[in-house]
Amino acid sequence: MNALLFNVTLGIYFLATVTYLAYLVKPRDSLGRTSHWLISIGFLVHCAFTVDRYVEAGHTPITNLHEALSFFGLALVGTFIAFERRYKVFIIGSFVTPLAFVLMVVSSLFPSAITPLNPTLMSKWLAVHTTLAFLGYASFALAFGAGIMYLIQEHFLKSRKLGAMYQKLPSLEMLDEINYRCLTFGFPLLTFAIISGAIWAETAWGTYWSWDPKETWSLITWFVYAALLHGRLTTGWRGKRAAILAIIGFCILLFTFLGVNLLMPGLHSYK
Amino acid sequence: MTTDNRGVVQSVWDFFCSLKLSIFLLIGLAVTSIIGTIIPQGPPAPEYLQTISQAKFKIYAALGFFDMYHSWWFLLLLYLLTINLIACSIKRLPRVWKIISEPTLVMDEGFEKSLSLTHEVKVGGEPAALKDRAAAFLRKEFAEPRLTEVDGEYHFFAEKNPYCRLGVYVVHLSIIIIFIGAIIGSLAGYKGYAAIPEGGSVSTIESRSGKQIDLGFAVKCEKFSVSFYDTGAPKEFRSILTVLENGKPVPGYENVKVIVNQPLTYKGITFYQSSYGPTGEGGVFHFTVRERKGGAPVPLTVRQGERASLPGGGTIQVLEATQEVRSVLPQFSGPAARIEVTPPGGSPQPFVVFRDYPKFDEERGGNLIFTYEGADEKYYTGLQVAKDPGVWVVWLGCALMVVGILLAFFLSHKRIWVRVARGRVTMGGTASKNQAGFQLAFDELVDKLKSI
Repeated sequence: MNALLFNVTLGIYFLATVTYLAYLVKPRDSLGRTSHWLISIGFLVHCAFTVDRYVEAGHTPITNLHEALSFFGLALVGTFIAFERRYKVFIIGSFVTPLAFVLMVVSSLFPSAITPLNPTLMSKWLAVHTTLAFLGYASFALAFGAGIMYLIQEHFLKSRKLGAMYQKLPSLEMLDEINYRCLTFGFPLLTFAIISGAIWAETAWGTYWSWDPKETWSLITWFVYAALLHGRLTTGWRGKRAAILAIIGFCILLFTFLGVNLLMPGLHSYK
Repeated sequence: MTTDNRGVVQSVWDFFCSLKLSIFLLIGLAVTSIIGTIIPQGPPAPEYLQTISQAKFKIYAALGFFDMYHSWWFLLLLYLLTINLIACSIKRLPRVWKIISEPTLVMDEGFEKSLSLTHEVKVGGEPAALKDRAAAFLRKEFAEPRLTEVDGEYHFFAEKNPYCRLGVYVVHLSIIIIFIGAIIGSLAGYKGYAAIPEGGSVSTIESRSGKQIDLGFAVKCEKFSVSFYDTGAPKEFRSILTVLENGKPVPGYENVKVIVNQPLTYKGITFYQSSYGPTGEGGVFHFTVRERKGGAPVPLTVRQGERASLPGGGTIQVLEATQEVRSVLPQFSGPAARIEVTPPGGSPQPFVVFRDYPKFDEERGGNLIFTYEGADEKYYTGLQVAKDPGVWVVWLGCALMVVGILLAFFLSHKRIWVRVARGRVTMGGTASKNQAGFQLAFDELVDKLKSI
């Protein structure tokens, strides 16, 4: 049942990726509507998969790489749908669905067996801490997507090749606005994730902060996004520079999420 | 003060007030923090020292890289950031406070031009009569208005969430409070470790810096147990602790269960389950033994390090035992013991017996068939001991930070002005955040204003 739900999600995300990319090349309304339906259904199936696994495992399914990547995909698609409804920037889907599909493919490469919970993770904070963190990651991923689109769009404008893609991409102002909006969600979520992690660390290890690699790297990410937010207050850090910084920020975040767990010893490594 | 001096003070002040400094410090902290995640922190292990050259070691040690988050230059960056955010707040807070406490109540022509959202509606009737309708409109659709009368024109001002402008400063304050909490913790607190054997107690612990610290009371470990998953991975470490004052149990602190994520706190000192191990003494092992030719199984108790006699002569001795054998013999699971049986007049025979495979020993072909029943092995519990009087200050800071961030990111200070003059009503508005969203709300208000 669990594997079936996972594979159905994977399949739907694949179809959505195809239709969203096709939409980018040939912007027909019917393609757009189909894509939107596909990703929404995919999200529901993905939710069902996650709930089913939660019930089976008895804890938030996020404790090995298979689960964590899938959870990231779920948070990403969910955040995208919320943003899409709010800002009507449908085209971001052409960026988000391929990413969600890749996350699911990579997730499927890792062993899917349910791993028993190590004593440290047996805490109500597991659900709170990880959900906050992954929703934050998802917002930053959208900011990253908006940043990439900004650079593409700017390239079109500069080279004066205004093709179909140029017409479909939102205006530079809109992309900058989306970038900023994503940061204003991602940054609070990241902050709350760090605070909830500190509370958990205090009850589990007796210290709210121990400069563990994961803690340090999330603080590094926090510093970078804090710098970006303050940079926007001075007019110079909008537009292209903000787009580039959102991209750099997300690369650091990816390292915090995956690099630290895979490369550095510590309390967050997936075993 | 001479003008020169004032010039110096002014430029130092400007330096600390600058947002460029904030960004530089944030990026600086981000980049330098990476060092501590690459170079192992704490006294360097010999294995690590072999991988770096002597010269490198000297440079690292001189720069404090082995304890870089407490090195003078890292702390300096943190102090500079603190000064920077205090200075920035002092510089900008009075202006923001003025916007909140002394709002612009009258929208004159000049102010109207500075607003990005304005709209004028032609309405017939006397201003005095329109006034009441405009007030009712604002009260119903937006917020309670304040009326000012200037030269026969009526000016209304209404606002929502003015205090959210303080959110940023609440966040800045919260960071300072967290730093204060951390400093209190490092000055007045300690972290240490205690190993208590089952049945034993401790009243002093060793801090991480190697100092002996008197707790002022004693902690007794009544019992320790560990349970495992089927895979052999540990599931729960559980200590039963009792706090003793003058040798007597403290009511309410008797037989307290302490597991990971569920520590025990007494008099500001907290005990966290962190490790365990066999004490290597006093363990008691249980077996049953029966003769191959038949007869009832006989229970047998063997103490650690001692020989016990077997029915019909001979002795048994436990060489080693484990609660979970999987890590040694992957094809088996559950408790197991390696024992040595010496038959009367024979040579010692070592072999392994299992609790969960009672038939296993039949295969061995000996006269006596052994089954392992488990051990009352004596363990010690390893407890992380921490006293941190600053932790509540840190939590206060965290709570403030959450409030500040909610104010700063999710609320917007929205202001609406309405001017009622003869024949026309003019409305202007502005929001501190999300202008695009506010414009939609403003346009709706304009639509409703047309029908007042």
